[in-house]
Amino acid sequence: MLSAIIFLPLVGAVVVASLFRDYRQVRLAALAFVVADFVLSLVLFGLFDRASADVQFVERIRWIPSVNVQYFLGVDGLNLPMIMLTTLLGVVAVLVSWRIEVRPREYYAWLLVLQTSVLGVFCSLDLLMFFLFWELELIPMFLLIAIWGSPPPLGRREYSAMKFLTFTLLGSAFMLVGILALYFSTGTFDMLVLSQTTVRPVLFTLPAIFWLIFAGFAVKLPTIPLHTWLPDAHTDAPTAVSVILAGVLLKMGGYGMIRVGAGIFPGVVRDFAWLLALLAVVAVLYGAVVTLRQRDLKRLIAYSSVSHMGYVLLGIAALNQVGLSGASLQMFTHGTITGLLFALVGLLYDKAHTRQLPELGGLVSRMPFIAVAMAIAGLASLGLPGLSGFAAEFLVFTGAFSSPLLTGAQLYAILGVVGIVITAGYILWMIQRAFFGPAREEFGRVPDATFLEGIPVAALVIATVVIGVYPALLTDVINMGVAPIVARLLG
Amino acid sequence: MDPYLLAPELSLTGLALALILLDLVVKRKGVLAAFAVLGLGAPLVFSILLWGERGTSFANILIVDEFSLFFKFLLLGVAGAVILSSVDYVAKFRAFQGEFYALILLSTAGMMLVAATQELITIFVALELVSVCLYVLAGFLRDPQSSEASLKYLLLGAVAAAVMVYGMALVFGLTGTTYLDQIAVSLRGTDLARSPALIVGIIFIAVGFGFKIAAVPFQAWVPDVYQGAPTPVTAYLSVASKAAGFAVILRVFYLAFGDFTTDWSLVFAVLSAVSMALGNLVAIQQTDIKRFLGYSSIAQAGFIMIGLATIGEEGPSRVLFYLGAYAFTNLAAFIAIIAISHKINSDRIDDYAGMARRAPILAICLALAMISLTGIPPTAGFWAKVLLFQSAVGAGLGWLVILGVINSVVSAYYYLRVVKVMFLQAPPTAERIGASPPVWASVAVSTLGIVTFGVVPGLLLRLAESAARSFRG
Repeated sequence: MLSAIIFLPLVGAVVVASLFRDYRQVRLAALAFVVADFVLSLVLFGLFDRASADVQFVERIRWIPSVNVQYFLGVDGLNLPMIMLTTLLGVVAVLVSWRIEVRPREYYAWLLVLQTSVLGVFCSLDLLMFFLFWELELIPMFLLIAIWGSPPPLGRREYSAMKFLTFTLLGSAFMLVGILALYFSTGTFDMLVLSQTTVRPVLFTLPAIFWLIFAGFAVKLPTIPLHTWLPDAHTDAPTAVSVILAGVLLKMGGYGMIRVGAGIFPGVVRDFAWLLALLAVVAVLYGAVVTLRQRDLKRLIAYSSVSHMGYVLLGIAALNQVGLSGASLQMFTHGTITGLLFALVGLLYDKAHTRQLPELGGLVSRMPFIAVAMAIAGLASLGLPGLSGFAAEFLVFTGAFSSPLLTGAQLYAILGVVGIVITAGYILWMIQRAFFGPAREEFGRVPDATFLEGIPVAALVIATVVIGVYPALLTDVINMGVAPIVARLLG
Repeated sequence: MDPYLLAPELSLTGLALALILLDLVVKRKGVLAAFAVLGLGAPLVFSILLWGERGTSFANILIVDEFSLFFKFLLLGVAGAVILSSVDYVAKFRAFQGEFYALILLSTAGMMLVAATQELITIFVALELVSVCLYVLAGFLRDPQSSEASLKYLLLGAVAAAVMVYGMALVFGLTGTTYLDQIAVSLRGTDLARSPALIVGIIFIAVGFGFKIAAVPFQAWVPDVYQGAPTPVTAYLSVASKAAGFAVILRVFYLAFGDFTTDWSLVFAVLSAVSMALGNLVAIQQTDIKRFLGYSSIAQAGFIMIGLATIGEEGPSRVLFYLGAYAFTNLAAFIAIIAISHKINSDRIDDYAGMARRAPILAICLALAMISLTGIPPTAGFWAKVLLFQSAVGAGLGWLVILGVINSVVSAYYYLRVVKVMFLQAPPTAERIGASPPVWASVAVSTLGIVTFGVVPGLLLRLAESAARSFRG
């Protein structure tokens, strides 16, 4: 089942790249594959046994016996929401790309390969296979940003693509060294076995191995000061790629921190929780403050991602069940919310032909659907109760505030909440500047979203509202997945 | 005296001589290429028949084990691919096409011998056979650049060979034997191991080998020779001569000087670090694609030397795996370049702009090769690097691995620049570029190798491991 979910997009990529000519056929074929993948993941969600803390749907084959590498897949409460998020955003991404006519076969092929690689990262339970899928997303992202991104003078797509590649590759290079050191110390790449053994480190100290592996996740999350690739990559990428990048790729970092960082190195995470919390708070506050100053709508949302991913790190640093569940839930909700924001910005740019806030204004009368959806997304982003962002952020703050192991926990939690205040500032100001205020004459004939464009938006809005009203839909699953990691952290 | 053990080399030499004679009577030169490739079946069959046998012959000079057979297969495959890919290119030589193929085959025979011998003088003779053929091949275009390449290669190669022989003479003088295993025996338990004369001898021998594998500081010939030689010769040089060089280094240093592994391990580690750094830094600025691949091969030699510095059973197996993966990768790259440059009559990287439109399959093959050289999955090059780093970490070379991964990241910049130029930029014309069937065949096999061993590296790894075990056991 898991192999089917992971490799269906890859098959789709080959089909899309070779079989069709016209961009209309190509996009329909791509849509078919991502919808099929999403349906499969819904089936997976339905069949998943919520009462069990074990890893389910396991597939295990000996791949390279002489170095103990396995083809090992499995689903538990931690990665199931991530799989759902990826397949959902995959559908959204294809729908958002509907108008792309430049080299469509390659575009959709790379998008589908990207889906495969990210799903592979989330489902892998063998560290080397995890690393392989982690690296696999580099070339598709590089090409997607460099070929279909914002050309000069609007953006610097080749520069941003190369920056993204170099940062991510450097982070994952150190991650490889750490993984190999871990293998040398324990003789296995099996993530389940590793999360249950006490590692006796050889060659490097245990904290050194942890930080080497953490480097890869820190670049992805991103953690200040390794975040500088993010604004450029997000802003210059085409809309659908920004959705996937912010919605899913950043979560690879967070997921890795929980699964590999906290799961395999609980002692080190306990010792350095203060540093993680500090980095988290810096990300939250610095990201939020910088966001205030942005005039480009896309760049604004990109920086807000830096800030919101800080909450994930804060939840991890809390070292308790509530905090880690909050971190996991925040990954899912932020994915949907920011995916929605980027999709809407893409639509806005298509219609109004500008992303600069000083040039926008009064659009609520011309495009009410987009305006309302943007308002909902913005309110979710700042944590309005009833929308999904609140559930996640509330869990993170509660967890951080009540953390038994983290010294000075209350201070970090309070600073995190201050971040919410600043978030409210930039979100509300952004919505006011873009949509409200006097109508401008240059937007006199601007259309609203069409039906087809509205579908992905509506889907994400529904997801945001549903999780906001009934978060137990996900937290039941997440709690079971996070519990064993928390047990090791505390015990 | 068992000629059966020498059958692959003998049949290959016979084939080469037959080709020269055939060239006198045949008018259509395509027949020569076909004859050469089909004739390669004979040494291939002999090598397959020899698999599993272990024996020595010719007064213990020749040794047949999985290690030498691994290289026979590798070298025969490379020779076949190079000959197939050059069928269009040889039209540029107005004469001597038969000799071209024959020289490639003779050089291959020499390389096979280099990997199959455990005696110093035979190593020298075989290396000279290889080198002389390559000197001539480098100058085959007979234009100023090619002649300069050939002359540079000859002069520098002759110096390297002379230094190497001097080193061999020193070692012989100190130990009284030229057989590798007996050298080890005579050095055991004596003070000779510390004598400056022996150290100088070992260093001088290493000079000759280092020249062949294009390691720093013996790499000066590489950019000019790679650029000036006919592209099929460059392809052949970059893969086969490097493989033969590593084969002989492994045999000599493990068999003859196996007791001093800690000493020369550090030397190789340092040379590796320097080669990776220098190759990478200079490759960034290159504008000619052959010169660029020359510097890339210097950096790649640096990576493979990490495996040399990794003492133990895993180090050699990783070197062999890397050589196999590198063969597929570099061949795919060069064959694509042969086909494309042939049509556009230029070797400049900037002239490859928009190749994704004009030659989509060739561009994909070249892109996959670049990705494999960087070490990004799902390619054989990814596993080659991961396995290399894994065994190096296991041998305590953490610092070298960190340097290796940093260099891999730096190399991504220039390897992906080629991908960028091909896929991102618009082509000056929309004219399509094709190639003849033998070229398609060889580039397809190479690219398939990259991807196949990227998904199931276990096959090649098992082969490499059994080969590595055999030469130490």
